[in-house]
Amino acid sequence: MSEIVEIRNASVGYSDDVVLRNINLSIVDQDYIGVIGPNGGGKTTLVKLILGLLQPMQGEVIYHSNNKENLIGYLPQVSQTDRSFPITVSEVVLSGLMSAKGGYGKFTRSDKARAVEILEMMGIIHLKNKSIGELSGGQMQRAFLGRAIISEPRLLILDEPNTFVDNKFEHDLYELLRKLNHKMAIMMVSHDVGTITSYVKTIACVNRNLHYHPSNIITQSQLTAYNCPIQLITHGDVPHTVLGEHHHHDHKHD
Amino acid sequence: MCLTPCWVNITTTIINMTENIFHLFEYEFFRNAVFAALLASLTCGVVGSYIVAKRMVFISGGITHASFGGIGIAYYLGLNPVLGAAVFSILSALGIEYVSGKTNVREDSAIGILWSFGMALGIIFVFMTPGYAPNLMSYLFGSILTVGRTDLWLMVALSAVILIFFIRFYHIILFIAFDEEYARSHRIAVNLFKYIIISLVALTIVLNIRVVGIILVISFLTIPQSTANLFTNNLRQMMVYSTLIGIFGSLSGIYISYFMNIPSGATIIFAFVMIFGIAKAIQVGRVKWGIRKQMEK
Repeated sequence: MSEIVEIRNASVGYSDDVVLRNINLSIVDQDYIGVIGPNGGGKTTLVKLILGLLQPMQGEVIYHSNNKENLIGYLPQVSQTDRSFPITVSEVVLSGLMSAKGGYGKFTRSDKARAVEILEMMGIIHLKNKSIGELSGGQMQRAFLGRAIISEPRLLILDEPNTFVDNKFEHDLYELLRKLNHKMAIMMVSHDVGTITSYVKTIACVNRNLHYHPSNIITQSQLTAYNCPIQLITHGDVPHTVLGEHHHHDHKHD
Repeated sequence: MCLTPCWVNITTTIINMTENIFHLFEYEFFRNAVFAALLASLTCGVVGSYIVAKRMVFISGGITHASFGGIGIAYYLGLNPVLGAAVFSILSALGIEYVSGKTNVREDSAIGILWSFGMALGIIFVFMTPGYAPNLMSYLFGSILTVGRTDLWLMVALSAVILIFFIRFYHIILFIAFDEEYARSHRIAVNLFKYIIISLVALTIVLNIRVVGIILVISFLTIPQSTANLFTNNLRQMMVYSTLIGIFGSLSGIYISYFMNIPSGATIIFAFVMIFGIAKAIQVGRVKWGIRKQMEK
């Protein structure tokens, strides 16, 4: 297991607003980190920092790879896409290879075959020539997840993958992620703590700063201590961990 | 009763009209006009599809009207108006692109300011120029029937650049347009591409101002594309279809313009809107037919 990305004493934000102060985080192969925290706490800012979309104001982000382009796959929040844009599902998936091609190359037959493989894996092969606007929320998430993993990145980052999707898809998604986790590290941002904790291995609590919790069991009192006020939500029909005031020994992972 | 004579009459009329069209090709101005229409359809078909897909119609309107400032300044300085418009509109296009990259500026307001300021500058400089500005109307309303050889060569060069750029980088352009942030996360030179594309948009606008004029160029960039968009959701197909629709519409417009002695810019746009209306009716009809068939099942 080796390090993929390392954030060292970084502060990051937008021109006049420092969102995250002095944060440290190290992501290694096989990691499955759940990122939780209140809205406006800086979850998406953290994602953008790791993706290189935002530069740290202080500190640094170190990528432990020669191949910076293929390092990270990214599933953005659904709400950001223009649903009437004229692009087909297979083109969306293929776009995950845009930097793998040295940035500006054309796609080869094997790239297209790879896209077909991914579409099959996502169960949306029958939609490959549909435009993105014709898909349901769950189908669209599948297409975007396909885009994120087609280049076989070492780290997969998902920003709120469970918004606007049905329970069935959510369940399938977590099963799929569990399989993918054998091949790549995963970092999943979610407001839904109740669901996330039963799947992830470790938790990062983000609220203007970052507290890393090397276990997937986290209690209300710990959350309060971290100054991470989150509503705990539980679901009935999916496996979940009930969180409460109980005493436990920290589980050792790996 | 009058079946045969009527039929003969109609046939004769059609033959006469066809002969007239071929007869027209003997004139250089008409050949130039047809070439200009083909090149305008091609450049606007490709660039306009990008504009429509990317929802940049308002930005394009701003660049179009701002270019009038360049025409005015060029008149005042005694330079070539097309050159003036090109420089001025590329600069304002780059300015808009730069401003829209900053989160703290309201992009649509910035475009509104540039839009009216360009027009105002144009009028100020034209009126400060001694003597009468004879071609001013043709810049506002276009005149495809007076397009010269220099204009045509410029359009050929622009078409070549646009075709090479859009074919070579089609997928990267598509991906950046669809999801800019995702492209950035892949460390694609997004800004470079955006600046190149907006400059091509500006050049396309300027060169087509000769054909349809400042006031109407935006319809060349949007109506054939919206028509194509009724039938396809694929950007590449949209570019091809809108080019073909552009050719058909502009040639019909030129024909009407010549025979009815109406400014060509207006007749071309009229033809475009007619085609769009018919296409929309066909599309709505197809959808309704499809629903009825499903209900019967």
